Parts: sequence; structure tokens; C-alpha cells
Amino acid sequence: MTKRFLSAAVAASLFLASCGSSEQPQNLTGAGATFPYPMYSKWFSEYQKAHPLVQINYQSQGSGAGIRQVTEGTVDFGASDQPMTDEQIAAFQTARKTPVLHFPTVMGAVVPTYNLPGVTADLKFTPAALAGIFLGKVKKWNDPAIASANPDVKLPGDDIVVVHRSDGSGTSFVFTDFLTKVSPDWAAGPGKGSAINWPVGLGGKGNEGVVGLLKQTPNSIAYTEMIYAVQNKLPMGDVQNAAGKFVKASPESVTAAAANMQMPDDFRVSITNAAGEAAYPISSLTWLLVPQTIQDAGKRQVITDFLTWMLTTGQGMAPALQYAALPAAVVEKEKAAIAQIK
Amino acid sequence: MTLSFRRRAVNAVMLTLTGVCTFLVAGVLLVILGYLAWNGATSLSLDFFTKLPVPVGETGGGMANAILGSAKVLLLAMLIGVPIGFFAGVYLAEFGDSAYSGVIRYATDLLNGVPSIVIGIFAYALVVQPMKHFSTLAGGVALGIMMIPISLRTTEEFLRAVPVSLREGAMALGASRSRTIFTVVIPAAKNGILSGLMLNLARVAGETAPLLFTALGNPFWSSGWLQPTATLPSMIYNYAIAPYDDWHRQAWAAGFVLLVLVLTVNVAARFAIGRGSARGRS
Amino acid sequence: MATQPATLSPSSERSFLQRIRSGDAVAHTLTGMAASTILAVTILLAYHLWSGSSLPRSAFGWSFVTGSDWDPVAEKFGALPFIFGTLTTSLLSLLIAVPVGLGAAIFLAELAPRGASDALTFMIELLAAVPSVIYGLLGIFLLVPFLQSTLVPVLVSTLGFLPIFQGQFFGVSVFSAGIILAIMIVPFIISVSREVLLAVPQDQREAALALGSTKWESTWKIVVPYAMRGIMGSVFLALARALGETMAVTMVIGNKPQIATSLLAPGYSIAAVIANEFAEATGNMHQQVLIELGLVLFALTVLINGAARLLILSTKAGGK
Repeated sequence: MTKRFLSAAVAASLFLASCGSSEQPQNLTGAGATFPYPMYSKWFSEYQKAHPLVQINYQSQGSGAGIRQVTEGTVDFGASDQPMTDEQIAAFQTARKTPVLHFPTVMGAVVPTYNLPGVTADLKFTPAALAGIFLGKVKKWNDPAIASANPDVKLPGDDIVVVHRSDGSGTSFVFTDFLTKVSPDWAAGPGKGSAINWPVGLGGKGNEGVVGLLKQTPNSIAYTEMIYAVQNKLPMGDVQNAAGKFVKASPESVTAAAANMQMPDDFRVSITNAAGEAAYPISSLTWLLVPQTIQDAGKRQVITDFLTWMLTTGQGMAPALQYAALPAAVVEKEKAAIAQIK
Repeated sequence: MTLSFRRRAVNAVMLTLTGVCTFLVAGVLLVILGYLAWNGATSLSLDFFTKLPVPVGETGGGMANAILGSAKVLLLAMLIGVPIGFFAGVYLAEFGDSAYSGVIRYATDLLNGVPSIVIGIFAYALVVQPMKHFSTLAGGVALGIMMIPISLRTTEEFLRAVPVSLREGAMALGASRSRTIFTVVIPAAKNGILSGLMLNLARVAGETAPLLFTALGNPFWSSGWLQPTATLPSMIYNYAIAPYDDWHRQAWAAGFVLLVLVLTVNVAARFAIGRGSARGRS
Repeated sequence: MATQPATLSPSSERSFLQRIRSGDAVAHTLTGMAASTILAVTILLAYHLWSGSSLPRSAFGWSFVTGSDWDPVAEKFGALPFIFGTLTTSLLSLLIAVPVGLGAAIFLAELAPRGASDALTFMIELLAAVPSVIYGLLGIFLLVPFLQSTLVPVLVSTLGFLPIFQGQFFGVSVFSAGIILAIMIVPFIISVSREVLLAVPQDQREAALALGSTKWESTWKIVVPYAMRGIMGSVFLALARALGETMAVTMVIGNKPQIATSLLAPGYSIAAVIANEFAEATGNMHQQVLIELGLVLFALTVLINGAARLLILSTKAGGK
């Protein structure tokens, strides 16, 4: 019986191997940000339907993993919501002997979301309240820092449970980039980065893990990419922007945040705390990280073709998943940049 | 009299407590199996076995690719771990009375004690970094290394359980040492060794930690052996910590399928060993 | 192959002996090579953990295991919170699993009829076969809600004066991880302890009973001490498993690097931080620090496995 099992297994493996060689499919692997994971997961699924021989396997492991693995060369492309730093770019150049290119894909919002039994209203958060909560200085839900912006809501006196990311995260970067711009205490304390020495709270892995933990934990607050809050029917707090207005996250308010964006040639730009009355303050672009030189012609073809597809067909799918499509000027600039991939 | 009463009371209380402990543990077992069976069975559907995962947040889909992925990783693990463990076990049982075999035994014990996550780090450095690719192969190597120690131990144990009279008989008929081992001793221990292999497979089938940074994951069918692949245990992990109810449902289904496989193999192998060793001893 | 007559030598006696010898030599070499592979893999593994962590070893030295800051942004790494979390969860699990496991082992070895005992043991040993990710799944969806709604409120209201049961309970915590680990290791303790108890010679019990002991006294004062080293061995084996356990712990411990007096607070363990951060450690230092944590874990389990094996070996020798 064991022999039969073994021979069946060997036959199956031979069959698989032959499938692999006869049809010449392209398999690409990417890893990184969880912030755009619902978007990418949709895109790669749709792209595969349109190109049956091409499989792009995207693993959402956090932006830190995206930068690490693309630098190591263990994945074909990385993804991050934090542009690579100058040191990281230099390290990439040393390791891969070629520069790294940033391609913005969509724009999204990081929202404060909470699991507060008995409170259904959408709360309003001032930047000071958010910084205070995540610094551990605002400890109770009915603290004046929160209550003063929400006079109509009856807040419980329970302790606030902070939930943050346990992994290296672009979502953390966007959130702490915002806090660093608006709160001197935060800037002097934890600072901005993808992996933070958090003063308080519980760690969850990925945006998925953070929201999973939030749902299991009463009286908790977390920050997450908007789509995760929407898909899980969680409340999203309004955040006060630079113009003093409380704004709800939406594709429109994210687009408004990008209205005055000055796009540099390397596409590395921050749009947190943007000016404009309608701008949602914790907005960000998210990037694919692609080596400029790709030896394998087949893979190079897939990547350039996918980038073109993503900038045209792909953009149309963004609003349904609560992401904002890129401004037309950025799309044009990126199309020109695709030609740099050799 | 009072002393004797106290002693009898202590006796009764303590003996009862030991019974309580036993039924507490048995109760936990029943709750675990029951809860998992209930949640798993109600979550299972045909789609689970036939479909691919759907994009994040959409409902439906299945884990067909993860089931095949697990099978492929396990097949590789078996091809790597079992021959090494088996032949080394033969060495220890049949040639193993030197100081060197003491060293091998010690190394095997060390390897057996290495936490699975550390094996993951090792396989990453051994396969993923040099090959510049996460792959089914890397996952197979990680689990294969984990299979070696147990494979060695079961082989050695069952070979040593073969009665000396069998060996002597074969040698008396003029067979060489190696011939005796490969045509008489090993066939006599075959049942035990195969059952041990099944138990060993069942043990690594549920391993998740060493696959996180070797096999990685894959929402599609993984072709060949050099592509990343989804596996059942890592899908359970990813789906369980995610916030989607439909993923939770599928995590239960996957947990149920995995548990049924693992327990079935365990029960079957234990019965086989029970029969085999009873016959060997008599 | 080697047994086929390759030469048609007339001096058949000599070639026959040679043939046998060469066949044996081939078998010896082949199996010896497999055995050496194991040695090579083990050495390579230890070497990789050692050489792969040279950066932090030279940068931090011993302060790595005594420092408590874990700040990847500033590249300051102290492993104490993880070592603390690993040790607390493991010890807590022993505290729960050892009394329960020993009690059950005594019941199964001394009181229960052999048939029922075998059947129950068989079932309990199946608990040991459940994959750890499934324990994690049950931990998230069954244990944590149960602790939150039932057990912890009771504990806090009765034992809340103790520092270890104070503070806010989020569900995920050192306590939850300890309980999951206890459930995972109790089958080991039961199955090994029952076996060593059964191996205690019958005349020991009969002598104690003949002198007027109760059943409990003969068990507790004679049989258990006789089997003590074997039982301790099972405890050490269980401890080694608890220390290295990854998935179930990661899923319920809360992943927060802190050293808290309260068991209800979240924590972190060595294995969990490797699982979470290894694939994404951006700097070389960060990645090497995680490899060094692997080295620490490796060293801990080597020590404990060694102690366990010594104890079990010495009882076996003593028992015979």
C-alpha cells in the first residue's frame, strides 16, 4: 500500500513538473505592505484571469518585509507604504548592483478605528488626542482630550486598550509620520518609523492581525488602512486636518490630500497632514519597489506589462476597495518611468 | 483512632483528586475535539477542497492549493528526512557500539530538541538565501530536517527489537552481516518502522513555524518545486489572525481537516505498532 | 550490487570471504555516511546560529541578554523581555501541568484498571499530536473569550490582591499563553510519568501496604519517590517543548516586549518575536539579533534536554 502511495506521489510530482516545463508560465513573487493588500490581491487575481499563464504571488508581510526581501533578492518586487530611506537605497544598490525604482500604485488612508461597546457614533479625534492615546497619556475613554471634540457622545470611563503593529509596517510609518508632524511630544518620543518602540499597547501582525485583535478586545483603539475598517464594518474616527476641520476618510478626501502634492522624480513623497479644507490628514501613497535591472526577460516583460495595466485598467478598481486612484499627472509620469526598467 | 481517620480521609481525598485530574485532562480533550469538530464540520464545503483562495475580503473560495502544497512539502520532507534517518538508524542499531555512534546519538538528541522556529531560520539561510527564492523545496528541507531524529530513533528502536535468534539463524545459514540486516532484520521490523514513519509525518504535517519564511505562501497553484507554496498550517495561521469572518470559517475548516488527518494517522499507526511489537516480543 | 560475483576466481573461499567483507563494508559506509550527515547538519546549524549573530554579539556582548530595550528604529536591542516572557509562560505552564499531569499519571498507573488506563492514556496521548497552530486557533476563539468572560473575573475578585493578578486584562496575555502551553505539555507529563510509575516494582507497593500504609501513603511516600527522577525527566522534556513553542504562543501572548509583574499583562516570547520579525528585519543588525535570539533558544533547549536525558537514563539504570 505504501508502495502504491509512493508511486502515485511520484507520478503526481512528475505530472506537476511537466506542467511547469511545457507551458512556460511566468511566476513572480512579491512581498510587503499589508496596507494595499486587498487592492493588490484583487489586482493580481484579475490580472491572472486576463493572463492565465502569469501568476503574481503577493504575500502581505509588512512593508519592512517588502524592503528586506527585495533587497535580499528573494522576491521579484517589494511593496511598501514607506518610501525607502537613502541608506536603504544605498544598501539595495550594494546588494543588487542596480538602483531601485519606486512606483506609486494607489493612495489610501490610515484611520483610527475602535471597538467600544455601546458607542455607535463616529468619534472625532484631534491630533493631540491621537498622540496622547498612543503615548499612553490619555488613558480613559472619557478623557477631556477625546470628550471635548465629541460633546454629543456619551463616552464610557473604561481604560483605553491601544492596539498597534508588531511587525515592520508602512501603516505604522504613515501614522507615526502624521503624529510626528502634529505632536512635538511624539516627535521627541517614539518618532516616525515602520517599527516603533511603542509606549503602550498590544501588537498584532499585519493590518489583518491588528483588526483581528481589535475585534477580540473590547475598549480598544487601533490604526488601520481604511479598507480593513470598512470590510469589517468598524467605526472610523474623523481626524482634524491642518485646516482645523474634522474630515472622514474616503477616496475623495484622500484625493483632496494629494491635490497640492509636488511629485519628485523618484516618486518618494509624503502627503500626511496636507493643506486643504477637505484633505484627510493621514493619507499616503503606497509603492511597488522594483529593481531597475531585471535579468530574466520573461519576468521583466511581466513587470512592465503589469505596471502599465495597473496604471490604466487597475486604477479603475481602486474606489470600490476604498482606495483613491492616482492623479492623472502622476500616472503619466509613471508611464514614462516604466521605460527605465531594463 | 483520630489519626487513622485522618489518614483514611487523606487517602480518600487525594485518590479522588488524582481521578479529578485525569478527567479534567480527558475533559479538555473532549472539549477541544468537540469544539473543533463542530466549528470545522459546519464550515466545511466542497469548495474548500476544490477552489483557490479568493482576494482579501471577498467570501467563498477554498484551500485546494494549500492541501496540495502541504502534500508536496511533506513528500519532499519525507524524501530528505527519512533516508538519512533510516540509514543512520540502521548504523546505530547494527554497527553502533563505537564512541562515534555515541556522538551521533548526542547530535540526534540536540537536533530533536531544536525549536521548530530555529529550524526555519536555518532553512532560510540554507536554501532561500542562496537560491534567492522562497520555495516548496525550502519548506521541504525545513520539515525534512525535523523528521531526521524521529526517523532515526524509530528505526533503531524497532531494529533492536528484532530477536537475536533471527539474526543468528541468518548468519548460521551463511549470510553476510549486511545481507542479514537488509533481507532478514529490516523486513522483520518493517511494520514498526513504517508506522513510525507515519507518526513522524503526522507530527511535521502540522508544523507552521518553519514554513513561515521558507514556503512563504501563494494564492495560486504552485507549479514545480521552486515556487513559493501555500500550506494548510500557514493558511490556518494567516486566516485565524485576520479579521474576516469568512476566513475564520475557513480556518476552522482547515483546522478540522488537518486534525482529522493527523489523528487518523496517529490512531492507525499506534494500532499497527501495537500489533507489530506484540508479535515481535512473543 | 556488491554481492554479485564480479570475478570468476577459482579460489572461491577467499573471494567469498572478501565478498562478504566488501558487502558489509558498503553497508557500513553507507549507513555511516547517513549518520555523519546528521552530525554535519547539527554542527552546521549551530555554526550558522553562531556566525550569523556575530554583529550583535560583538556590539552588545552580554548586555544583550540583560538589556530590556527593543527599539529597531534606534537599533537598540535587549532580549530580556523575550527571555522573561519565554521563561514565565513556560514556568506558568509547568505550575499548572505538573500537578494535574502527575495526579492523572498516578490515577492511571495506580488506581485505574489496566484496560481503562490504557484507553484513557491512548486518548490523552492524542492530545500531544494536535498541531500547535490548532491550539493557537482554539486559543484565540475559545480560550481567550472564556478567560475574559469567566475565569479571569473570578481570579481577579478572589486573588486580585496578588500583584500577579492585577491590572487590565486584554484577553491576550502571558496568562493565556501559559494555559495554552499547559494544555499542550500535560500529555507528555502524563504519558512518561505513568510509564515510570508502572515500572516501579510491585514489591515496593506490597511492602508499604503490608506495613499498614494506606494506598495513598504507599503511592506518595514509596512509589512516587522511587520514580522521581523519571518524573523529573518528563517535566524537563515538557519544559523544553514549552520553551520552543511558537505558533500557539504568538497567537495569544499579545506580542508586547515588556516585563510586567502581572500575568494578565501581554508579553512576548523569543520564538514569537522571531516568527514576527525575521522575514522583515530591515537592517543587518536587526536580522542578526533575531538569529542570536535563536541561538539563545537553542542553548536553553540543549541544556534542558540534556538534563532531562540524564535523569531518564539514570532512572532506567536504577530501575533495572
